[in-house]
Amino acid sequence: MNARAAVLLAVLAVLLLLLPAVANSYVLSVATLILFFAYAGQAWNVMMGFAGQLSLGHSLYVGVGAYAAAGLFFHYGIGPWAGIWVAIALCVALGAAIGFLAFRFGISGVYFALLTIAFAEFTRIGFDHIDWLGGPGGLFLKVAQREALDLANLRGPPAMFYYVMLALTAAAFGLCAWLLRSRAGYYWRAIREDEQAAQALGINTFRWKMLAVVVSSAMTAVAGVFFAFYYNNLFPEQIFHISRSIEIILGPVIGGVGTLFGPVLGAAVLTILADAITEVLAALGVEIPGVKQVFYGVVLLVVVMFLPHGIWPPLARKLGLGERS
Amino acid sequence: MALLALQSVSKSFHGLRAVSGVSFEVAEGAIVGLIGPNGAGKTTIFNMVAGVYAPDRGEIRFAARRIEGLRPDQVCAAGIGRTFQIVRPFAGLSVLENVVIGALERAAGVPEARRHADEILERLGLAAKRDLPAAALTLPDRKRLEVARALATRPRLLLLDEVMAGLRPTECDQMVAVFREINRREGLTILLIEHVMRAVMALAQDIVVLHHGEVIAHGTPEAVVRDPAVLECYLGEGAEV
Repeated sequence: MNARAAVLLAVLAVLLLLLPAVANSYVLSVATLILFFAYAGQAWNVMMGFAGQLSLGHSLYVGVGAYAAAGLFFHYGIGPWAGIWVAIALCVALGAAIGFLAFRFGISGVYFALLTIAFAEFTRIGFDHIDWLGGPGGLFLKVAQREALDLANLRGPPAMFYYVMLALTAAAFGLCAWLLRSRAGYYWRAIREDEQAAQALGINTFRWKMLAVVVSSAMTAVAGVFFAFYYNNLFPEQIFHISRSIEIILGPVIGGVGTLFGPVLGAAVLTILADAITEVLAALGVEIPGVKQVFYGVVLLVVVMFLPHGIWPPLARKLGLGERS
Repeated sequence: MALLALQSVSKSFHGLRAVSGVSFEVAEGAIVGLIGPNGAGKTTIFNMVAGVYAPDRGEIRFAARRIEGLRPDQVCAAGIGRTFQIVRPFAGLSVLENVVIGALERAAGVPEARRHADEILERLGLAAKRDLPAAALTLPDRKRLEVARALATRPRLLLLDEVMAGLRPTECDQMVAVFREINRREGLTILLIEHVMRAVMALAQDIVVLHHGEVIAHGTPEAVVRDPAVLECYLGEGAEV
């Protein structure tokens, strides 16, 4: 990172820290959503962007993480900061199982992506039959008074959720920046570019791909815990749905796969534009179901056709920031 | 003392015998050429030494240790570096990053690997291009990068698969000079597959000739080019020089 990028990042950080002081509750909810997708996109990016392993089933880790923490809180009153470790452990175990199956038996590329979809799908169906977690009827957390701040139990006003998500996103950004500069970052990118050549240079590709899946699933589990306590209701049909997985990957794909800032930028662009379109249509009195999905499709097409590396790499060059993938 | 020894190594693909009963040794510090017509089994032998395939039969010893059936990364860790016939740079990464990845094999951390990578780029004449993406390199430079990356793993034995192919004679001579220098200065042992006879004759002290998966001649370059069996396989029966 050069000096210019550091300054811009610091300015952005200050603006984000001050936002709740000036924003109304609507703007704050959109900002929280952006940060959520920036964070989840960052987590997904570790697997696909860094190590080249395409997951189309990241809703699995969001869902399992969410249900683990919510279930413990609902039944035993165990707070999210303790439940988060159970969520991480479960998701890491799941990720490791998928990774082991795939990498041990040489499943890669599209077939690996299919495997990740399959796991998310049968978990979705499985959760419909877990009555302890509410089954298809859903699991609901009690919504406390929004004004009382209770950080230990993640109950509080929207600004608290905003700051928690901001802290998580900043931590994920820092972790990814550090990982990219470490041995893992070099090895992952080598595997992404050419696995056979990577192996010939002494890289145990199985071990490093497993690490990518484990890091990514652990990070995504945390997103799930936040999701559970922010929305307070969980339905297998929604949280494990493949459209959730797609929503997670759209940010990094549009922002720039494999870059540090791409997932953040992509999440912001997508969420703001999608909300703007919904608002404009609502103001015009037009109601088109599924307009958001159509919009996602159009943006994806445009970016893939004209900016195949995403919005961020050419923008970074223009701004003289020089972040490469 | 042989650094690398193949003993009665065989490999078939779907019933086709690619390599059959091949035995030869590469002495420590030697430069050995592996030549033969297309389809003779040269690259298959390389891939067995490098751990891409396990031989069906036979033994491969490196530094007195059995290595057949090890994975490529384990073979690399044991001290064998390789290049690929069709170059495989990490196209999206910079030239320096490509070499750093190789250097990390024996470096404690990224800073040390970077220093080592810079030295190697300097030696191979790629220092000025260290920050270019590997995809932007010309073919001769990509071949140099392939060699640089393999050298960065600090091998005791370097397997070179047709690194001279496609180079102009002057570029080829430069590459020969680099290998000679590394061989002399550091005692690096080299086994090379090569079709460019100019390079083989200039480099190898010892040549193994393969034909239809079998060794048909083994000796000094001067002896091998006069061997009737070698002439026959290259030029046809009854050929004379």
